[in-house]
Amino acid sequence: MVLKNIYDVVVIGSGPGGLAAAVAAKKEGAEDVLVIERDMELGGILIQCIHNGFGVEIFKEDLPGPSYAQRFIKEVFSLGVEILLDTMVLDITPQRKIYASNKRLGFVEIEARSIVLAMGCRERSRPQIRIPGTRPVGVYTAGTAQRWVNVEGYMPGNRVVILGSGDIGMIMARRLTFEGAKVERVLEVMPYLTGLTRNYVQCLLDFDIQLQLRHTVKRVLGNNCVEAVEAVQVDEKWNPVPGSEEIIPCDTLLLSVGLIPENELSRKAGVKLDPITSGPYVDDNFQTNVPGIFAAGNVVHVYDLVDWVTEAGFQAGKCAAKYAIVTHRKESNYVPLIAGDNVRYIVPQKLDKRNLEENEIRLQMRVTQPIEQPVWIEVHDKENLVARKAERYVRPGEMVTVVLKQKNYKDVEKAENLTINIAPR
Amino acid sequence: MLEKYDFIIIGGGVVGSMIARWLSRYEASVLLIEKEADICMGASSANTAIVHAGYDPLPGSLKARMNIVGNPMWDQLSGELSFPFERRGDYVVAVGEEELPGLDTLMEQGKVNGVPGMKMLSKAEVLAREKNINPDVSGALWASTGGICDPFAVTIAAAENAVMNGVKVLLNTSFEDFIMEGTRIVGIKTNRGDFGCRWVINSAGMYSDEIMHKAGIRPEFVIKPRRGEYFVFDRADLTIDNVLFPVPSLKGKGILVTTTLHGNTIIGPNSVFGEEKEDRSTTHEGLEEIWQGAKNLVPCLNQKHIIAMFVGLRPYGNGPCKSPGIDYQHDYIIEIPTEVQGFVNLGGIESPGLTSSPAIAQEVVDLLKDAGEKLKEKKEWDPVRRARPRFRDMSHKERKLLIEKDPRYGRVICRCENVTEGEIAAEIHAPIPATTYDALKRRTWLGTGRCQGGFDMPRVVKIIADELGVSPLEVTKKGQGSNFLLRPTKQVGA
Ligand SMILES: Cc1cc2nc3c(=O)[nH]c(=O)nc-3n(C[C@H](O)[C@H](O)[C@H](O)COP(=O)(O)OP(=O)(O)OC[C@H]3O[C@@H](n4cnc5c(N)ncnc54)[C@H](O)[C@@H]3O)c2cc1C
Ligand SMILES: Cc1cc2nc3c(=O)[nH]c(=O)nc-3n(C[C@H](O)[C@H](O)[C@H](O)COP(=O)(O)OP(=O)(O)OC[C@H]3O[C@@H](n4cnc5c(N)ncnc54)[C@H](O)[C@@H]3O)c2cc1C
Repeated sequence: MVLKNIYDVVVIGSGPGGLAAAVAAKKEGAEDVLVIERDMELGGILIQCIHNGFGVEIFKEDLPGPSYAQRFIKEVFSLGVEILLDTMVLDITPQRKIYASNKRLGFVEIEARSIVLAMGCRERSRPQIRIPGTRPVGVYTAGTAQRWVNVEGYMPGNRVVILGSGDIGMIMARRLTFEGAKVERVLEVMPYLTGLTRNYVQCLLDFDIQLQLRHTVKRVLGNNCVEAVEAVQVDEKWNPVPGSEEIIPCDTLLLSVGLIPENELSRKAGVKLDPITSGPYVDDNFQTNVPGIFAAGNVVHVYDLVDWVTEAGFQAGKCAAKYAIVTHRKESNYVPLIAGDNVRYIVPQKLDKRNLEENEIRLQMRVTQPIEQPVWIEVHDKENLVARKAERYVRPGEMVTVVLKQKNYKDVEKAENLTINIAPR
Repeated sequence: MLEKYDFIIIGGGVVGSMIARWLSRYEASVLLIEKEADICMGASSANTAIVHAGYDPLPGSLKARMNIVGNPMWDQLSGELSFPFERRGDYVVAVGEEELPGLDTLMEQGKVNGVPGMKMLSKAEVLAREKNINPDVSGALWASTGGICDPFAVTIAAAENAVMNGVKVLLNTSFEDFIMEGTRIVGIKTNRGDFGCRWVINSAGMYSDEIMHKAGIRPEFVIKPRRGEYFVFDRADLTIDNVLFPVPSLKGKGILVTTTLHGNTIIGPNSVFGEEKEDRSTTHEGLEEIWQGAKNLVPCLNQKHIIAMFVGLRPYGNGPCKSPGIDYQHDYIIEIPTEVQGFVNLGGIESPGLTSSPAIAQEVVDLLKDAGEKLKEKKEWDPVRRARPRFRDMSHKERKLLIEKDPRYGRVICRCENVTEGEIAAEIHAPIPATTYDALKRRTWLGTGRCQGGFDMPRVVKIIADELGVSPLEVTKKGQGSNFLLRPTKQVGA
């Protein structure tokens, strides 16, 4: 694939938020739409969510994650969205320059008229909830374990304790049970379930997996691999209740303790984040504080249902396309001014044609070499002479001015660019 | 036939690796054995990474001498071995008037030890230099020669340079006993067989007491693990530009606030005796202690920004100071004992052991020469070890060029620290191959960012498996018994 230098809309991330944004942007009339995804496949987190429960709102169907994604992947391809896979976006500037890297194209710079951030979120890790103890192998976030089991095809362990009653944790409890592991316990520090009740019924109750509310992991044991965890009951203030400690032998501890919007790139682009959601402040078009940068999906706040992510993606993509189209239109009114023979530079470097309809435009420049005899200063559109002015001489120390008048509009209107040359008469 | 060496070094920490590098300069055969799956897995892997100025150790102690000799060696060393090192200087910060006299004591001690570039700063000066500091600060001692390094990078660079110059390194190889002829050491027994040698150098850190006892040396010397816990912070959320020590107490240098060379603020360590030499577990109480201690220096710390925690174990020994008239029982042991022949004995190398490591290596060479060992310099000795590319630190242009040469540098595997497949592969095939996840982590910093490996781990395991030509089931976090994966999932249709 040959990459263009500039795109109307660049979408970062190809989860349901990003795919919806790409589809909507195309439908809204954006010509060049590019999706950049660091994984090998499109679909984001949905690829590893092989359980069903997706699409109940939008499709009125109960689909597994990959099937839900597939509907949008098809559409993205049929609409002619360009795709860069296995490509990590490393940096975005407030001027919407994107730096990304992959094996085939190397380190690339792409300009975007508008951007949709759809990087999703990451999982909260062990140190963030301060579980003391040893640092053995076998402590994973539920999503990492999910990837291992559902995408790579390997089991991380046989006896599992899960901390957190979020949806991913409960879904993994069932998944690992299917694979022959014993899920010893699901512990939840809150006095209530933090995930969906339907998941509690379908994933825990149906498989006789014990949920203990108001419980947490006090420490991890085992040097090389997890050998056990010490569970403990907590009071209202999350303080351990003395005497309630219990050692649960296990080889794996999965953490399903929350998601955090992934906004490192957003920060680099100057996007302001809400300390409560950890996502960008957005308006009802999902535009951030940086004009032309939009955001949708889990990168904004953590959703529980994919359908709402898709909807947000549609809205962000549509508005990003509108923004890009307006920007593009502005750009196409611009005519670059090129310094030709004996011209060192011209200010302004480009002019907006529409301004010439009503106003004069003054062009100022400096010459490269002195010419001590009468000269022509000529403004050309390729072979066609648009305007010219006579001077008795030119010198690098003295600025030269040419004024384009309303009468020149007809010529300038047709021009792709204008060149100024200075030569002896 | 027994494989024979002139020197066998026990322990691949920073001290053993420096000694290996120093000995690689001479015409001698050298073997370094390390019981773990990688070098730098002991104290050298979990410490504060400070190259101390030298005002801390007791004047007259061997610790003080090694510190003072070691500190100025770091500039040349970092140049030759291409590891990052910054002489940032450090502060000892007094909070409240009552702590001010503590600074004077340190200043005095520093002068006696011969520390250059020390200065007392007023409250106003400190506040101007570090905006995040506790407003109740009353003054600080500034030492301009303090520095920070990346202890993994240092240890690995030194050991690699040794390997380049002919030293052999055997990992997963544990010393078990000496082979003696009378009172002369002629070899060692390990879990991987016996090796003959003329000299054994004991740089086994936490276990150096047990090793010297096997040679019948200093039966009264014991090492107790003294634990130090740490928190690491997300660098996007907080930057402390300075190294801030509290005024030291009887328990040691105290809980400080500093920044790694990678820009992450770290706080710690506390100082608590542990039961076991392998117990690297953090505790609720310990973490609370460092939290409170660090908050006293920098009140704006926020728990939300913590991304990692770890423990370091100090090999706290009871070695007596040899200088006459000084009653100090926790000095370094660096000696060639006379009771046996062929033994260089080190013990109790706790802080400032990292700082001192090049000086200790030089000291070992000097002791050997004094003992009559003819060390002849090799003509072909190459002191220079070049660093491998680090994508993260490169400009856009450099990145472009690098990927053109090797496309694998274009594939970013660790999203937080921007580590590429090319770097990972290069470390797997380096002079001391990194074959575990943690070995790669120490070398490249992958998985050390805010997601703590959540993203890269499955990908790195696959790369290790592919590069080594093994199944992912065989890939470990830190050596035998720490496999990530247990078995394949049920194969559908199989
Ligand atoms: C484990 C799990 C189970 C779930 N189960 C259900 C369910 O049963 N039913 C339901 O309705 N919802 C469920 N959800 C919620 C729903 O799936 C998510 O809300 C939704 O997938 C979020 O979509 P997204 O597009 O915002 O993010 P994601 O799907 O996470 O996509 C983000 C994409 O951005 C890419 N990316 C990030 N950074 C970069 C970068 N720098 N460069 C390039 N690419 C980048 C990532 O690789 C990823 O592909 C679940 C969520 C999770 C995590
Ligand atoms: C919390 C803490 C903070 C510190 N802060 C600083 C600081 O800021 N500045 C500073 O200068 N110093 C500091 N230090 C001290 C410094 O880290 C140590 O002095 C230094 O790392 C010691 O290096 P070493 O090689 O002697 O020990 P180690 O790094 O422990 O190396 C010993 C090696 O020997 C191996 N080994 C043991 N037994 C055997 C056997 N039987 N067979 C084979 N191999 C064996 C071990 O596996 C280990 O790899 C700190 C230490 C700690 C714990």
